[in-house]
Amino acid sequence: MSAPIQLRPDETFLLNVGPQHPATHGVLRVKMQMDGEYIVKAETVLGYVHRMHEKMGENRTYAQYLPNLSRLDYLGALGYTHGHVLAVERAAGIEVPERAEYIRAITVELNRVASHLFWFGAFVMDLGGFSPLMYAIQDREHILDMLEAVTGARLTYCYYRFGGLYNDVDDDFIEAAKRFIPRMRKSLKKYDALVSGNVIFRNRLEGIAPVSAEMCRKYGATGPVARGSGINFDVRKNEPYSVYPEFEFDVPVYHECDSLARYKVRMDEMEQSLRIIEQGLEKLPDGPIMAEKKPKTIKLPVGDYYQAVETARGSFGIRIVSDGDKNAYRLKLRSPTYSNMHLFDEACEGMLIMDALAFMGSLDLVIPEIDR
Amino acid sequence: MGGYFSDIFYGSKSLLIGMGITFREFFKPTVTVQYPYQTIKMSARFRGHIELIADEEGKPKCVACGMCQRACPSGCISLDSVSVDIEVDGKVKKKKVLSKYDLDFTKCSLCGQCVENCNFGAIDFSKEYNLASTRKEDFHFNLLKRLEERNA
Repeated sequence: MSAPIQLRPDETFLLNVGPQHPATHGVLRVKMQMDGEYIVKAETVLGYVHRMHEKMGENRTYAQYLPNLSRLDYLGALGYTHGHVLAVERAAGIEVPERAEYIRAITVELNRVASHLFWFGAFVMDLGGFSPLMYAIQDREHILDMLEAVTGARLTYCYYRFGGLYNDVDDDFIEAAKRFIPRMRKSLKKYDALVSGNVIFRNRLEGIAPVSAEMCRKYGATGPVARGSGINFDVRKNEPYSVYPEFEFDVPVYHECDSLARYKVRMDEMEQSLRIIEQGLEKLPDGPIMAEKKPKTIKLPVGDYYQAVETARGSFGIRIVSDGDKNAYRLKLRSPTYSNMHLFDEACEGMLIMDALAFMGSLDLVIPEIDR
Repeated sequence: MGGYFSDIFYGSKSLLIGMGITFREFFKPTVTVQYPYQTIKMSARFRGHIELIADEEGKPKCVACGMCQRACPSGCISLDSVSVDIEVDGKVKKKKVLSKYDLDFTKCSLCGQCVENCNFGAIDFSKEYNLASTRKEDFHFNLLKRLEERNA
């Protein structure tokens, strides 16, 4: 029998997490230099699901690029499509009917709730609790059913069009959405009692993985990650677009900077999204869902256009450089998780590995959106 | 020392609350659909792969204008037409007739832009979703043949 391996006190080893690891929620690879259970240095390795979405944007017409946008972030796809249509509409000077914008806001918020629900389930599962995932998916299923009835797809919606929508919503959808809101509110209370108060859950998150506001600024982190670090920034409030100025909602901000703060931000955001949906359904005007004056083939005037929207994961920006042709000369996607993820390398130095994985869950990473 | 015991007390209380919730869920009705044995109806707007639509005579409504082909982001539609002489009111006219309509479903992203761009209402989504195969050829659909099979 060989002697047990003796490590020198100062010796470290390399731990490879991923590319196929359940904790990374996709194909992200993290190279961790470990000192026992403590991380000395971590390095995230990207690019395993790179699909050249930006380059495809240069080779396809603006309308043909629509399905690509829902394949960036498969959990909150509508927000990304919203950014693209808004950018093109503003550049081409297409006026969108009010009804279409309201429906867009309602569906985006529904999608945000669905995305946060899935994150909630997966995050708690990362920490070892399985039942909340099942409850969250059950609620999420209601949203997917509603959106499927309207858009025709469950995940990769291609619902928005330049100048409006693909389909109008029917009374069934409005009824279902109205029924869903109180149901979801009840569920949120249940999640709060089940998870937020749980002693194991709190001890694993409270005070763990502090991300300072300065670090968020340094890496360009946005969304719930930044708002959990005390940065009051929400594109819907700070750079209003669509019909968001018409809605009354709060931006939840927590100053604790730890993993629990990021959790709380998302849980509160779901309630705020429900408020927006409620108001949207109430105010939903009648009228057309498609702009009357709309060019048949869209050619943007020469110029440089940027549009930011608040998706479930943070500020998503799309920059279109046009040379007057049918397709963009250059199309740049600024995806929120790409910036949020880069915090990880610096923030997890000196952290225990199980805390680091809980921290990764609290960042809400969707890998296809990072790699694009 | 007091903190130690209160931690134990509140900790166990939170666990019991959680267990109470899961216990109540235990008696709620099952919502899972037992898939291969039970299926659910697809919604009216469900976007499956496309299918040609026939007119009253059973011929495809398609006039082979190629709008769907041009609109497709993935280039998965290929169609062809032949010109046929037909007699209308005693005069011989040339008319384009669809001779081939192939859909490469391996590339399709189900965005629905082909259906939207069709000015003649000649294509629509099928509600088929049980499409699983280990062979690539099973996803190269000859829509013209499928239409004939449906007519027969």
